[in-house]
Order: sequence, then C-alpha cells, then structure tokens
Amino acid sequence: MNDLIRQSAATLAGAIARKEVSSEEVTRAHLDRISQVDERVHAFLYVDPEASIARAREVDQQIAKGELSSPLAGVPIALKDLVATKGVPTTCGSRILSGWRPPYSATIVNKLHAAGVVSLGKTNMDEFAMGSSTEHSGYGPTHNPWDLDRIPGGSGGGSAAAIASFEAPLAIGTDTGGSIRQPAAVTGTVGVKPTYGGVSRYGIVALASSLDQAGPCARDVMDTAILHSVIAGHDPRDSTSINAPVPDFVAAALSADIRGMKVGVIKELQGEGFQPGVLQRFKQSLEILTELGAEIVEVSCPHFQYALGAYYLILPSEASSNLARFDGMRFGIRVDDGNDRSVEQVMSATREEGFGAEVKRRIMLGTYALSSGYYDAYYGQAQRIRTLITRDFEAAFTEVDVLVSPTSPTTAFKIGEKLDDPLAMYLNDIATIPVNLAGNCAMSLPIGLAPEDGLPVGLQIIAPAMADSLLYRVGSALESALVDRWGGLLISEAPSL
Amino acid sequence: MTDTSANGIDQNLVVHLGKLARLELTDVEVEHYTLQLEQILGAIASISEVAAADIPPTSHPIPLENVYREDIAIPGLLHEDFVPGAPSFEDDRFRVPRILGESA
Repeated sequence: MNDLIRQSAATLAGAIARKEVSSEEVTRAHLDRISQVDERVHAFLYVDPEASIARAREVDQQIAKGELSSPLAGVPIALKDLVATKGVPTTCGSRILSGWRPPYSATIVNKLHAAGVVSLGKTNMDEFAMGSSTEHSGYGPTHNPWDLDRIPGGSGGGSAAAIASFEAPLAIGTDTGGSIRQPAAVTGTVGVKPTYGGVSRYGIVALASSLDQAGPCARDVMDTAILHSVIAGHDPRDSTSINAPVPDFVAAALSADIRGMKVGVIKELQGEGFQPGVLQRFKQSLEILTELGAEIVEVSCPHFQYALGAYYLILPSEASSNLARFDGMRFGIRVDDGNDRSVEQVMSATREEGFGAEVKRRIMLGTYALSSGYYDAYYGQAQRIRTLITRDFEAAFTEVDVLVSPTSPTTAFKIGEKLDDPLAMYLNDIATIPVNLAGNCAMSLPIGLAPEDGLPVGLQIIAPAMADSLLYRVGSALESALVDRWGGLLISEAPSL
Repeated sequence: MTDTSANGIDQNLVVHLGKLARLELTDVEVEHYTLQLEQILGAIASISEVAAADIPPTSHPIPLENVYREDIAIPGLLHEDFVPGAPSFEDDRFRVPRILGESA
C-alpha cells in the first residue's frame, strides 16, 4: 500500500486486518512524517517512537494470533495532552505540570489500548484547554498546516494539526466550548463533540466539569464514527457517564440518507461578525442539503446572544475550582520552597509561575463570579440563562431534526493577531458554546475554502442529546456530495509541507 | 490610581482576588487584569438584561444523582505509584511546607 500517511483510518485498519501491511509499518510511516514536519507544525508535545513501535509490534502479534478484532486494530492515534496516560508525560499544555507522569490511564486510553489502537504521542493545546488558538500553550504555539503563520484553532489545535498534516490518521480531542469543532473547522478536518456523558471523562483533566466532553477527530466523517464507537459507552468510574447502549454510529454514517429530513438554520448564528467567505460556503452547503432531499427551515434561538456571557461566567467558575488542585504539593513543579516559607506562599509562588496569562485571567474571573456579593448577579444569572438556552434547543428540535450553522465566524487568523485581546479571542466560540451549555452533540466538517483567503471553512451540525447518530447521517451525506464535486477530500488541497 | 467600576473591579479587588486564588500577582499583572476583567465583565453585562428571576438555574446538563456500586474491594493506586509524581517527597509521603504557625 502506497502513501500510508494519506489513507483513512478505516482503510488502514482493513489493510492491517488483511495483513497487507503491518501496524509497525503504518506506525513507522507516521513517526517518519512527524520527524519530517513537526518541527514546523509543532502539533506534538511528546513522542516516544520506540514505545509506539514496540506497541505496534505487540498489536501485530495479537492480530497474527487472531486475538484482536476491532475496527481500528493497529491504527495509530494522537492524544490531546490532558488525557492521562500512565507513565507518559501529561502536561495539559501547562508548565505547572511539566515532568508529571500520571499513575493511571484515562478510561478512553484503556479502551483504545484494548482495541489495539497505537498511541503516537501527546498533542499540544491551550493551557488547561483555555483558548481558541493553541497560542496559550506553555510550550509554544502549534501552526496551521494550511498556512504556518496561522493558528490551528484551540484548544485542541495540536490534535487537529496532527491530522491535517498527515502526522496521524486519528486524534482524541476534548470540547468544553468548541475545542474539538473550531480546530476542525480551521484545519479542514472533522471533529465531533459527543452528547455530554457519552464518552467517559475519567482520567481527563477537568477544565469545566459540566461542559467537558472528549470526542473523535479525523479527516473524514466515517473515521470519526468508528473512533467514536470505540471510545463511547458507560463507565462506572464517571458518575456523569450515560448508562445506555451505544448507538451504531458507523451504520448511521453508512446510511447517509437525509431525504425528508428537516434542517434548521439558526437565525442568530449568521450575519454580523461572520466572514463573507464563511457565509458563502455555508449557503452553498444549504443548497446541497436541499438537493439531497432535506428541507431547510429557519429557526430562532433568541437566548443564544447571551450564551457567550453565560459561558464566560460558568466556565471560569468551574475552572477556578477545578484548578485549585494544582498547588505544587502533589504533582508537577514547586516554586520557592524553603524553611521560612508557609504553604500559602509556596502555593501562590508555584501557581504564579506555573500558570500562563489566560489561565490566571480565568481563575480570577471565576473567583470573582463565585465571591459573595456577586454570586447571584453573575454565576446565578448565568445558570438561569443556561436553562433558557437549553429551552431554545428543545423548542427548535420540536420543529427540525438537526440544526446547522457555520462552526466558526472566521477562518484561521494569524498567530499573535488576537493574543492580547481576550474578548476578540472569546468570540471565536460564539457558535459552538451553546451546545456545551445544553449538553447535546455536534459535528464540524469541512465545506470548502473561503474565496477571500483560501482557508478551510467548517459547517456545524447540531443534534439533540443522545441523537449523535443524526450527526453521522447528515455529515456523511453532505461530505459525499462535496467529495463528488471536489474529486477528493478538502484536506488533499492542503500544502504538502 | 484605583477607579472603581460598576462591577466593583479596581486594583484592590484584583489583589484580593489574587490572594483568594493563591496567585502571587506582580504589579504589572494587577494593572493588566484590572483592565481586562473590567472589559470582559462589561462585555458580558448584557446577561443581566434577561428577566430570568423565575427561571430555575441549570448547573449541569444531565440530572445528577448519587451513583452506588456494590461494595467490592478492587485494587487501587499504591503509594509508590503516585508519590514520585510529587515535587517533593520523603519515604512514601508527600513533603509539604509548614502549614501552622510561625517558623521555629
């Protein structure tokens, strides 16, 4: 098989199962690619080639003995660096955790291991997943493979860039306000935020516990469906994990039939603030969905205009509480330790040095929102708006089967452009945040290049909670129509690096 | 110069928040965050326009309830698994700075 790095995960898994190629060869091809291009892309924070090859050999042996039959056996993957992996550095993109090796693995890591998926390493991210550009990583930014001067989105920019630069066929991301979907949109890849509780959070370092959800990243819809099925399912170690059978996402992607389906366009998520080329591609996608037999209906979600405000109170509140555990006592670094120093002084010095600007900003914001005198006006009001946003979705889903919007208001911006303007940075998530507040599911998939800058544009499909299968049906229908027009995936248009 | 804005943000409050959050902020940071917190809170102040007094708050997207499991012992982490991950340890224990009173 030629050009192993350009194959889909499904194709690779098929070839490995038929023993046309070994997992070791596939893994080596990706490790070679990483050593060729990652100096420029900086998608990875940690790669251990020997460990990956040793694991691939082990998987090859299991396959030879017929001990392993999984839809992804032998396929390599990249893991976002907030997924705890036993004995492997896990920094969450933060200096405060430099050198820390977790004593246990996240449930999804165990599931991937059992399925014979081979880890290539850990990917770069905005520190503790706070950001939309990966510029807030404590270890330097990741570069967008479409234009190395531009951001790959965030917080999961490393995972998206690894896939877009053919360093990995699959990656794991996490999405708290758009951290899987926005990077997918700006790198021309596919990313899915599953229904809250659909994928275990055990062993995934918490940003905002009521919003965080891990999910699949890949170059096409089918690969995300397969990866989603491998990582999904109930976990007794996560009390918010949904105890219900996992739907057949692969069958949904295969069916790709949307005739008679009602697709709602969210009135509030277009127009002002959205780049013209983004809106142009979005409108073309609506025409394609109509040609495929769907009915397009405009729906209004009147409270979405308050989603960003509610999110930037709820998230910092939960984050400031979750990040209290990073105090220089049990993991990571400790600063200014000495006999004459109190524990408070050591903690404050450690956190001051270990955390970056955005993390401190949000910790302060959360501390403020939760403090007495402000609690009801800020955190309390944000929680009530969260209810109204959930009700907006419920009302919309009585009229339509799925909702669509542009994933991100703009294409990838230049590195450094918004770094000193937190508000401008927060606006990137305007279309993705409502889904996290309500806990339902969404996908971003590439729908073309914006004419004005030649950069990828993403479309977001939103489905009700537990209806993730609808994302795969609609996504795969739209993708195959687009691939027919383009003569291949959009990502094949990306520069070769 | 410490102007207090509508949301109560001034440099004194930012210093106080830093203490609560265990962040030993520099003077430059205090100045920076005073400005930025005010900007951010100003931009999201519109949420107070929504008349929502009678709307129940949502703290979590799914109903949370206690989850019980059978009381069966399963192997957990051992000291030797997690203690070496700490910045300072002695034998099988975390070594931490003094937590009570003044130094002797």
